[in-house]
Parts: sequence; C-alpha cells; structure tokens
Amino acid sequence: MQEMLGAYLPILIFLGLAIGLGMLLILAAVVLAVRNPDPEKVSAYECGFNAFDDARMKFDVRFYLVSILFIIFDLEVAFLFPWAVAFGEMSMVGFWSMMVFLAVLTVGFAYEWKKGALEWQ
Amino acid sequence: MITADIATALPEVVLAGFAIAGLMYGAFGGQDRVAGRLLWATAGLFVALAVWLGLIDSGRQIAFGGMYIDDAFARFAKITILLSAAAVLVMGQPYLQRRDLMRFEYPVLITLSVIGMMMMVSAGDLMALYMGLELQSLALYVIAALRRDSAKSTEAGLKYFVLGALSSGILLYGASLTYGFAGTTLFSGILAGVTEGPMPLGLLFGLVFLIAGLAFKVSAVPFHMWTPDVYEGSPTPVTAFFATAPKVAAMALLARLVHDAFGHAAGDWGQVIGLLAVASMFVGAIAAIGQRDIKRLMAYSSIAHMGFALLGLAAGTEAGVQAMLIYMAIYVTMNIGTFAFILSMERDGRPVSDIAALNGLAKIDPMRALALLVLMFSLAGVPPMVGFFGKFYVLQAAVDAGLTWLALAGVVASVIGAFYYLRIVYFLYFGEEGAGLDATMPAVQWGFLMASAVAMLVGVVNLFGIETLAAVAAQTLVH
Repeated sequence: MQEMLGAYLPILIFLGLAIGLGMLLILAAVVLAVRNPDPEKVSAYECGFNAFDDARMKFDVRFYLVSILFIIFDLEVAFLFPWAVAFGEMSMVGFWSMMVFLAVLTVGFAYEWKKGALEWQ
Repeated sequence: MITADIATALPEVVLAGFAIAGLMYGAFGGQDRVAGRLLWATAGLFVALAVWLGLIDSGRQIAFGGMYIDDAFARFAKITILLSAAAVLVMGQPYLQRRDLMRFEYPVLITLSVIGMMMMVSAGDLMALYMGLELQSLALYVIAALRRDSAKSTEAGLKYFVLGALSSGILLYGASLTYGFAGTTLFSGILAGVTEGPMPLGLLFGLVFLIAGLAFKVSAVPFHMWTPDVYEGSPTPVTAFFATAPKVAAMALLARLVHDAFGHAAGDWGQVIGLLAVASMFVGAIAAIGQRDIKRLMAYSSIAHMGFALLGLAAGTEAGVQAMLIYMAIYVTMNIGTFAFILSMERDGRPVSDIAALNGLAKIDPMRALALLVLMFSLAGVPPMVGFFGKFYVLQAAVDAGLTWLALAGVVASVIGAFYYLRIVYFLYFGEEGAGLDATMPAVQWGFLMASAVAMLVGVVNLFGIETLAAVAAQTLVH
C-alpha cells in the first residue's frame, strides 16, 4: 500500500504544482492589477461598432452532427493506423475484427445519409 | 478459440446482427412505414431467444478470456429481460401508433439496449461491465427523448443523459481505483486479490464508487433524483421499459459485481447496500404519497421496490440472491400489468396520467378496475397476492443473515407504502365520479393487464417454478 502510493508521488507533486501555480496566476491578477473600469472599457468590443446583438446565439444543430461524424471517422483512422502498420503479422481474427468494426461504422453512416441528416439547405 | 467464444455469446451476436439488419431495413425499406413490422419481429426474436436460453443448459461457460460469463444466473436474468422487453414492445405499439411516435428506430434502439443489458448480466470484467452499461444507457437516453417536439420528453432525455453520464463517471472512477489496487479488471482476479487479509483502503474506495455508480442505474436513494422526472417526461411505453428490463439488468449486474469480484468482503459492501436499501424503501414510500401523476407515482414505487430487492442483496447470502431474483421477476410482472393499464388511460382519446382520473372506474369498466385492484394489492404486498411472497422471501433472507433491523425497517416502509397503492383502489371503487376514463382499451394492453393480474393470483400456488430456477441461479453466483 505504502509503496504503491509512493509510486504516485510525482503525480501528487504535479497536481499540487499545477493547482498552486494556477491559483497564483489568477490571484496575482486580482491583487496586483490596476483596475479602473468605465462603461466603454467593460462593454463588448466589436470592431469599433457598438455590439449588434447578444453573443449567445443559436447554432444549427447540424454543425454538431457534422462534428460528431468527424470525430467518429477521426477515431476510425486512429484505429486503422496501428492495424495497418501491424498488418503483416496479423491473425485472421485481427483482420476480421477490423472488418466488422468498419462494417458497423458504414451501416451507421448509411443510415445517417439515408435519413437526410447530411443535406444542407 | 474465437469461434468457441462467439458460440458462447451467440444470443448477443444474433441480436446485434438483427439490430444492424433492422436499421438498414428501416432506412432503405420504407422508413417509418415498416416500424410496426420491425417491432413485431423484434418482439418475436426476443421471445425466441428467451426460449432458446431457457432450453440450453450449458452449465457455466467462460468466453473472451473471462470477460464474458454464461451461467444459470446470467440466463435467468437474460430471460427476464428479454421477455419483459418483448412485452413492453408489444403493448406499447398501439400507444405509439396513435400518437404518431412509431419510428422504426424505436425497436432498433430497444434491441441495442437489450444487447447492452445481456452483456451487463454476463460481464466478468470491469471493462465488459462498462461496455454493456454504456450500450444500454446510450440507447435509453435516445428513446427517453423519443417525442422530440415535446419539451418534457427532451428534458427527460437530457436529464437522464447528464445524470447518467455523471454516474458513469463515478463508476469509471471506482473501476480505475479498483484496477489500480487489484492490478486487474477481471472479477476473478479481483476476488483472488481480496482474500489475503483485510481489504486495502483503495480497493474499498473503488468498491464504494462502483456501487454508487450502479445505484444511479437502479435508482436507489440517494441517487434516485432523476427517476420521477424521467418517468414523467418520457413517452409512456418508454417509461414502462425503464421500469422493467433495465432495472433487472442493473440489479443483476450489481449482484454479480459484489459476489464475483468482492465475494470475500461481504461485510463491507453489505453495509453500503443495506443503507441504500433502507433509504430507498423509505423515500420511495413517503415521497410517493404526495404524487398526483401516476407515472411519477410509479417512479417512486419503483424506487421503493428497488430498496426491497437491494435488501435481499444486502444479506450477502445465497438465499439473499435467490430472494432478489424472485423479487425482480415478480416486480417486472406486476409492472408490465400496471403499465399496460397506464398506457390505456385515456379521456376522449387523449392520454391522461392524473390519478384523479381513476375516480369511479369500477362503475365504467369493472374488469379493468378489478385487474388494477389485484395489481395494486400485489405491489403493496398484501398477502394473498404474489407480491407478498416477493417481499416475504427478501425479508426472510435478511432475517436469516442477521439483519433483523433491516427487515423491520422494510416492514415499516411497506406499511407506509401500502397507503398510496390503496388510495388508488379507493379512487377506483369509492371515488366520486368525475370526468373519468374512456372505457375502451386496445386488445393487446387488455391482454397483458389481465394476464399480469391473473398471474398475481394463480402464482400463489408455486410461483410458476421460478423459486427453484432462482435457487439454481443464485447457487452459481455465490461461492
């Protein structure tokens, strides 16, 4: 138990350092910085104009869909890469596992396409 | 090697193949027009798989290097899950059809969550456990928000998702602690590590976090806060599903985890589960009294029932696991009947969920009122009904394990809880006639309501033999 915890000591030190340093920098801004606010200074800056509207606007949910799709295929490549590198020494199980994985992803993609989730108008 | 593994997990493989084929059939074969056909096919496959699992007697088999365990315990839970999922699919169909919610994704998502549940009850490894749990949960988050244009349904989905993600995080934290201290994620490996001397503190923390994560899934107090909102907001067929199969799966998973991985530390997790059990029974019984919406009421009722099932588990004995399995099987049967009734609660063709709508139903439709009376008595645990025997087994297991005070608390909580079940009966028979309910009910729902009510009465003879089946299942789990 003791040895085991000892092995994690560097992480504890790192955590302490990260939190301590972070706090220090944030608090330094509070303590040291000169603050002299006026309405012009604290209002939102938009290229010299007055702000047109609220910064919190609604995004089309399709952006989200596309980004999810990107992540899925990004991960697929991340899986494929080591698989391709080790292709020479691979067993049939390894080969077919990846084929099943790709097939499942393709099915999902075909579904999304057919449902019209990728049409943009 | 791999072919033997796949042969062991064949029911799941078949179901996964069906889910993919069903999705493609739905997408390319006519979208929502084929939803009804797909739903019936799914229900048929569930029943066929349940029969198959009931007929094979393969003893205890291990696949994928210990990650997947097929034993009598897993088969008992899987059959319960498959049959209840099939029942919920079929009886929800008229409701979905009428509300224009019949999407072909619905049976596919149910299938995926059932695969997840089957994986959960067969998990022999923390990673297999997590994989099953997530597959189940992700599918459930989506179907909770099935009615996309309703604010309540989307709220239910989002709430369920956020709290489910939180519970998954807690569970994963516990799993990582357990792995860190045990050096393995295999249940058998963790079990071997625990035998030597007292349990290391880190492992204890891991165990507690794992139990807390799973307590979210079975909606045990104090991790129950999502249940009423999600039950109320989801479309009623989905609520019926939430109240049945996932509860069985999560409870079976909890039993497997504590017995297979921490079987030697029964004293440690027994206290934690005992606390969850007492808190759930009381909060479920007391908080339900103020509810006017029958779906919220059923949410609190399910919390209280989970408390009783946990009570059996807290005993930490073979009899306790047996009692838990019997309890869950009875609970699921009662809930299917009750939800068949709730699905049929309509006034002028529009669904209502206010319990005041039940006023005077006995005069409009005596058969339905009588069936609901039997189910309410059974849920309350009134002696001649089967529900009483579920409670009886659990309490007996707790007393035999020396947990008399827990059993006493259970009795007190069940007396408190009886109030709101009996109030529904009062409304049915002595309530002032108000707007009332429509006297019509789709034949499928009527069939399930009556079958469930009759089962509550006839089951008294021998509980349909589940007692021996549960005993065999418990025997394989508890070492």
